[in-house]
Amino acid sequence: MEELLSILRELHPEVDFETCDTLIDDKILDSIDIVTLVAEIGSEFDVEVPAEELTPENFNSAKALWEMVRRLDEG
Amino acid sequence: MQRNVLEYLEATAPRLPEKVAFHNGTEGLTFGQVSRAARGIGTFLAERGLEREPVVVFMEKHPKSVAAFFGVVYSGCFYVPIDEEMPLYRVELIFQTLKPRAVLCDETTRKAVEDLGYTGGLYGYEEAAACQPDQELLDRIRGAQLDTDPLYIVFTSGSTGVPKGVVACHRSVIDYIEQLSATLGFNEDTVFGNQTPLYFDACLKELYPTIKFGATTYLIPKSLFLFPVKLVDYLNEHKINTVCWVVSALTMISGLGALKKTVPQYLHTIAFGSEVFPIRQFNLWREALPQARFTNLYGPTEATGMSCFYHVDRDFAEGEAIPIGRPFPNTGILLLNEKNQLAGPGETGEICIRGTCLTMGYYRMPEKTAECFVQNPLNDAYPELIYRTGDLGRYNDRGELVFVSRKDYQIKHMGHRVELQEIEAAASAHPSVAAACAVFDKEKDRIGLYYAGGAEPGEVTAFLKERLPRYMIPNRMERLERLPLTPNGKIDRKALAAGQVPAGV
Repeated sequence: MEELLSILRELHPEVDFETCDTLIDDKILDSIDIVTLVAEIGSEFDVEVPAEELTPENFNSAKALWEMVRRLDEG
Repeated sequence: MQRNVLEYLEATAPRLPEKVAFHNGTEGLTFGQVSRAARGIGTFLAERGLEREPVVVFMEKHPKSVAAFFGVVYSGCFYVPIDEEMPLYRVELIFQTLKPRAVLCDETTRKAVEDLGYTGGLYGYEEAAACQPDQELLDRIRGAQLDTDPLYIVFTSGSTGVPKGVVACHRSVIDYIEQLSATLGFNEDTVFGNQTPLYFDACLKELYPTIKFGATTYLIPKSLFLFPVKLVDYLNEHKINTVCWVVSALTMISGLGALKKTVPQYLHTIAFGSEVFPIRQFNLWREALPQARFTNLYGPTEATGMSCFYHVDRDFAEGEAIPIGRPFPNTGILLLNEKNQLAGPGETGEICIRGTCLTMGYYRMPEKTAECFVQNPLNDAYPELIYRTGDLGRYNDRGELVFVSRKDYQIKHMGHRVELQEIEAAASAHPSVAAACAVFDKEKDRIGLYYAGGAEPGEVTAFLKERLPRYMIPNRMERLERLPLTPNGKIDRKALAAGQVPAGV
């Protein structure tokens, strides 16, 4: 989780990712962020994020993202 | 001869009154409704004594904002679209340039305009659109309108920190729409999926052919451009067959692997532009849609929209650049070398444009206008303006024009034109930032900002978000002890851009 938080903080140093659960709803993440996140999650955790996992629900908070990464890692 | 863009709507609305003109997937307006609302707004504004002046349309992206544009034109004024997401500081700068006497808003934007301390006429869309059209009044206005009168102003990034308002007239837009439509083969069956914001000239490609042919435009919600599978589902649900998108919107779909899951099955015309299309991504698209026609478009806002086109007719290897091809009919390209002579075969020169497509220049900025709208240096016989784009190009062996680079620090980021110096000017306005330098990583399409001063990176980002549009916010911030300097004492941009960065703080 800490690695994921540091990837996110690099993208948006001004956001508190431990509490924010409206990353998509409040338009904090944009399309470049999503592309960057998918690439960095891929290299950091060695998982491929398939297109169907790209949903608002999975990207709305660091917690949801982390759950997706763990799910993909197990699967 | 057509003199006014509204003649498109006036030919189509009686023919197809019930057909959907503009829709966002949830709400839409038919041609009949667009026409009725626009004539209502035109009457409403004219009755308030407005004429031949800018009227700001400050609304969320919605079919109603398009109707508002046409309404402003009916009143004999010209529209200035402002984005609801634009930071207020920037809106304020634009208002200082325009000094508008009227603003059209909706319920989502009314408060923002009031917060600006704006004292002119602030009118709600619904009230204006409901006004009973006075046909006699509208006819009188139309009779006095010229095709050289302004149609709109769109604001683009300015290197000094003040956005520049590009003023375009009816004749330039009619010329553009006729040439573009013939080149891309638009017709009544065209279903556009609009991606670009309404506050740039890019949306002309959809809005005007829609009213010209009686086609349909879907204004795709911006949020879908984060989630490629949902986006493709949307394209299929609405049978969208034509898109004119920025490259980054297309590469988002292909780069995230969506084309492996699902394909936009109705899409047959794909125009893209303003950026280099990475060939690996481009080939994913061509493999997914082998029957579709792909067209590269090129052109600056100052020449109304797009000036050149290239229909992709061969394969490209990775690392190759897709040409920008040749100018539209009735548009002239001069490739001028440093001696202001025509560049020879293979020689790099500045792309300069002449023709009806030239806009009228920058609103209330005569010096800026005179810098790049200049007398054709090859013509000393009579007045003839050309626009110097600042883009460098050359002709390849096939005689196709190829984009090479910029002369200055203007970049294209996520399809938007950005002056890096505007970001620096905004960052330097922070009381605890001593110096700032913005660099662009073209490969990754990311803006980085290096700065010196006491402010934390998070503070600087938050500060910039109040002043700059979203697409100008640096993707990466780095605080340095001091910025590297060239022997002349200027900030060493090249070193920073090349990653030669001294230790951080």
